[in-house]
Amino acid sequence: MNKIAKLVNISSQVRRDIIRMVHEVQSGHPGGSLGCTDFLVFLFFDLMKRNKSFDMNGFKEDLFFLSNGHISPVFYSVLSRSGYFAKEELKTFRKLNSRLQGHPATHEGLPGIRIASGSLGQGLSVAIGAALAKKLNNENNLIYVLMGDGELQEGQIWEGLMYASHNKVDNLIATIDYNGQQIDGPVDEINSLKNLKYKLESFGWKVFESDGNNFESLISTFNQIKENIFKGYPIVNIMRTTMGKGVDFMENSHKWHGIPPNDEELTEGLKQNKETLGDY
Amino acid sequence: MKRIEYTFKEKKDTRSGFGDGLFELGKRNKDVVALCADLTGSLKMNDFKNSFPDRFFQVGIAEANMMGIAAGLTIGGKIPFTGTFANFSTGRVYDQIRQSIAYSDKNVKICASHAGLTLGEDGATHQILEDIGMMKMLPGMTVINPCDYNQTKQATLALGNHIGPAYLRFGRPKWPIFTESIKDFQIGKGIKFQDGNDISIFATGHMLWQALEAEKMLFSIGISCEIINIHTIKPLDEKIILESVKKTKCAISCEEHNIIGGLGESISRLLSENYPIPFKVIGVNDSFGESGKPLELLEKYNLSPEFIKKSVQEVLKKK
Repeated sequence: MNKIAKLVNISSQVRRDIIRMVHEVQSGHPGGSLGCTDFLVFLFFDLMKRNKSFDMNGFKEDLFFLSNGHISPVFYSVLSRSGYFAKEELKTFRKLNSRLQGHPATHEGLPGIRIASGSLGQGLSVAIGAALAKKLNNENNLIYVLMGDGELQEGQIWEGLMYASHNKVDNLIATIDYNGQQIDGPVDEINSLKNLKYKLESFGWKVFESDGNNFESLISTFNQIKENIFKGYPIVNIMRTTMGKGVDFMENSHKWHGIPPNDEELTEGLKQNKETLGDY
Repeated sequence: MKRIEYTFKEKKDTRSGFGDGLFELGKRNKDVVALCADLTGSLKMNDFKNSFPDRFFQVGIAEANMMGIAAGLTIGGKIPFTGTFANFSTGRVYDQIRQSIAYSDKNVKICASHAGLTLGEDGATHQILEDIGMMKMLPGMTVINPCDYNQTKQATLALGNHIGPAYLRFGRPKWPIFTESIKDFQIGKGIKFQDGNDISIFATGHMLWQALEAEKMLFSIGISCEIINIHTIKPLDEKIILESVKKTKCAISCEEHNIIGGLGESISRLLSENYPIPFKVIGVNDSFGESGKPLELLEKYNLSPEFIKKSVQEVLKKK
């Protein structure tokens, strides 16, 4: 099986995990999770250099930070499917005494999580700190961070954008999940980002654009990005995704930001995503 | 323990104790890093900055970003010390501290100068009186408010070996140095400065000196005060407090902070649950501060030795 077919297969299973987890507790955020599935699968199953066992310090490996913590279902599924913990634990999502909290947390000791997120706007700063630690430790590994587009309305993000460029944090690759939706409606109606590429470039970032639901696009974008690391500027990938991707009735609507599917919707969603790696 | 007449030869700001302690830590441990939000001089961080430029991060006027970067630096084994004014170290960035540092169990040391009224002329926008309360409410957060230059330096050094999030609160004004004889500093361990029988006085930060001054006046009229310094507000040294009040049967607490949320409130809960006795909390009575000179402010807001003396006499009547 070629690389892309393999990644497509994993994504199908991760999408099943997401809708089953959210359906089970009738709570959680399926829309953004489905949209970012392909990107997280690409990161964890192809792009990142990861150590086999989890250590909080993450010495000599690439690290990923999820700033838009509400898409925890996709994060948990990908962490589990890439070996950080048994897939059976996915059924504890959002339940009492679980390590799979509603939003990602380190507090319960879930392997793979290095920072709590959920209150938006904080992940970029944390990623910058981790990138600076890598430099102090003379490591040439990379730091990845994912943020939502609506999340860019938080002021702290722009503090981080200024800092990373001014201080040449060039081992940092940020990705913005540009699905155009937030809880209350389209981002353009709530508080528009206007010309985001121009904004980011004017802050001193090298900007790439990709289709986050197309592995070919992700692979070619990150091949270009690889040519731009350690060049004295931080890198950002504006990644267009479809909220709810992979479940046709959820696609492109902010209504599925934080609403779980009912029984019929679950059945329909599962029909559209084959079981490839064994359900949990 | 014989009565000690505390005096001072020199006054120095507690923030210099932080700066000197941080510089020392920088020499001892290459994993110690420092961050500052455009107040390097005010926080006395220049020695660290000049000696270890690679480990010093000037974040600019962006405290939220500073807290996040500090949290990230711990991932990779660094021990970050953040420096800015107390107001911008706490209230301005409470959610960043809560989620990225406290809830995430990060080993960040939040170091905060210009706390309380005694920063003086800058007024209430900068005189935070709620920071101890905010920080002590965060699960797992250690809260320390040292009393003079020496103790601030000792506390800074101790934080270099401490694991977990911590808040170190200190101040702006030159203040008596009176702790030469006190060599042992342990986080979470109160220190007895004066043995006494009639009343226990628990004091933190600058207010310890005010309490020692009050003790001199009370001693001269035959009242024997036990003075205990609670530099660590959380975790609270319950043992030293309960042992003292079992002897004296009444107490007061003194802090440069709102009476709501501070040291007095913590002691109050301890006493009411374990050993109810007459007790009074001395602090700012749920108000903002204002511009003025440090000693004028302490006088106006009932934090003077004279007010402590009067309060002791009132509490003694309830015994």
